[in-house]
Amino acid sequence: MATITQAEIEKNRSGVGDAVIRVVDVHKYYDLGETRVHALRGVSVEIGRGEFVAIMGASGSGKSTFMNLLGCLDRPTSGEYFLEGTEISRLDKRQLAAIRNRKIGFVFQGFNLLSRTTALENVELPTLYAHITRQEGLKRANDALDLVGLGERKLHYPSQLSGGQQQRVAIARALVNRPAILLADEPTGNLDSRTSVEIMDVFQRLNDQGLTIVLVTHESDIARFARRTIQFRDGKIRHDDPVAERPAASEVLKNMPKVED
Amino acid sequence: MNLTQILRIAMRALARNKLRSALTMLGIIIGVAAVIAMVSVGQGAQQQAQQQIAAMGSNVLFVGAGTVSRGGMSMGWGATKSLVYDDVTAILRECPAIKAAAPGTIVTAQVVFGNDNWSTRVTGTEPQFFDIKVWTFQEGGPFTQADVDASNNVAVIGETVRKNLFGATDPLGQTIRVNNLPFKVVGVLDLKGTSPMGDDQDDTIIAPVTTVQKKMNGQTWLRWIMVSAISREASYAAQQQITGLLRDRHRIRAGQDDDFFVRNLADFAQLADQQSHLFTVLLASIASISLVVGGIGIMNIMLVSVTERTREIGIRMAIGATEGDVQQQFLIEAIVLSLIGGAIGIALGLGASSTIANTLGWPVLVSTKAIVVAAVFSAAIGIFFGFYPARKAARLDPIEALRYE
Repeated sequence: MATITQAEIEKNRSGVGDAVIRVVDVHKYYDLGETRVHALRGVSVEIGRGEFVAIMGASGSGKSTFMNLLGCLDRPTSGEYFLEGTEISRLDKRQLAAIRNRKIGFVFQGFNLLSRTTALENVELPTLYAHITRQEGLKRANDALDLVGLGERKLHYPSQLSGGQQQRVAIARALVNRPAILLADEPTGNLDSRTSVEIMDVFQRLNDQGLTIVLVTHESDIARFARRTIQFRDGKIRHDDPVAERPAASEVLKNMPKVED
Repeated sequence: MNLTQILRIAMRALARNKLRSALTMLGIIIGVAAVIAMVSVGQGAQQQAQQQIAAMGSNVLFVGAGTVSRGGMSMGWGATKSLVYDDVTAILRECPAIKAAAPGTIVTAQVVFGNDNWSTRVTGTEPQFFDIKVWTFQEGGPFTQADVDASNNVAVIGETVRKNLFGATDPLGQTIRVNNLPFKVVGVLDLKGTSPMGDDQDDTIIAPVTTVQKKMNGQTWLRWIMVSAISREASYAAQQQITGLLRDRHRIRAGQDDDFFVRNLADFAQLADQQSHLFTVLLASIASISLVVGGIGIMNIMLVSVTERTREIGIRMAIGATEGDVQQQFLIEAIVLSLIGGAIGIALGLGASSTIANTLGWPVLVSTKAIVVAAVFSAAIGIFFGFYPARKAARLDPIEALRYE
């Protein structure tokens, strides 16, 4: 398929400085009292601009640890991580917060929206920490909600929205500061299969517009919507393959029965 | 994030648990209200004490006839007969720190006017007594030195006596009978109020010292001499000068006790002032305890709030809030809580103060200082007791916080 070759080309073309994410021989240990857990045992990977990567693996494979490192929520014990050329592992907490704010958009399994706060305010939240004007923040929040197709429900509270809609709000929130990458941690874990595909449709559209997406999932049904899959096992990358015969989520949706609530 | 946004977030967080926020504030409200009410009462008492001191006259020294012990039994002050009119002239002549001196003798008397009678104290003195005591007249004026020299039957009456004997009648020029002697009323004194010792100073008749001595009590000696020093500082020198002079005149040998006493009312004033100040401090510190308890209440609720909102903190950190942002958010929340409580407390404290003034009739002085201190104190409590919970929130690990159920 054309899309795959495009990704391949992109991957081959991306040099050392051009990769959005470049991880070199990263190790991560957790000291739990007397035992030491070796969560990542030498991971090296590059992810180029505009890629859509699914990270797969069983629980305990190290994929969550890797995700936390990519998201700058944690720092590696050893090794290097470059995000858009910036070496992350040497930054302090304050700088990491700024990186998370501006370069990374998070989408979580449990949506993690603030309840009793409208969709619009939830989406606006990252702009409050970004030192931009309130008007600019509100404009971006409105645009982001329009982008994920929730323009009509901006003033709804999370409890008034379905799971799929809540996840769209979360995606809009992740996009509002125009990040370099979108990190999605099991974004479909709490959703039924149709809604899951709808969310993957959103991701595919965003990716087609040039957004770099890294998706953690343990469902191969979901991973196949990405362009590339990375398999983790025992803290190491076992497989790193382009996705063959990648379906378009919009096409899949047409053949799925409508779910009545 | 600017201050308006932070405040908006804080207000919303507090509005989320209205009852809880209100109960938490209650501690601060009661504390601040108590501090303001108590300080107002204390300062009212202090002001009253100061007014009473001012009413005693300026730089006044009181020389009293001393005590005599006979066979081990003390006869009380005023029992000695050694203080005489010549002592007054000697003091005026020989003590440079003295501005004026007035002799005093006392007799209790039954006073009659028309059908009314009243038992009171008659003081015999000289006209300068009114200057020393800074006692003004509502009507008429003091008797003259000529009245003293001639032992005339003229009298100045206090407000209590006027009220009881004359009622609506104008007392000026009327003749009253004091222990059956006719006296012409020449002046009515202004209200002086209660002395710091609790006496009604207005329940008095003042007449020339010679009249009282010769016609009423038959005493040749004096009960006291009222002296005013040239300044407050000079009053201590005056005290020494008088003591030395009187010991000399009364032929008291070294080692022997004085047969008189000199009391410096400046000391007395200071003591009264100190006492009422102590009273204020005591009341304020008791009230402050409730303010501290209120602060602990805030800390308690903020800690609960941090635990409850662990996930929210995780989300905020994941989307870019720094430790400082999170700390600031919780700190502002605590400060808003205590400031709103403080504001309500100030209003309540003012209300309580006026209620105390109106219903109990206590002197109450609401000072701006107390209000400012209460406001600053409640903000400080918000910062102090909000700091630890805010720090705790800021120190959370975002990964752990996001996983928190």
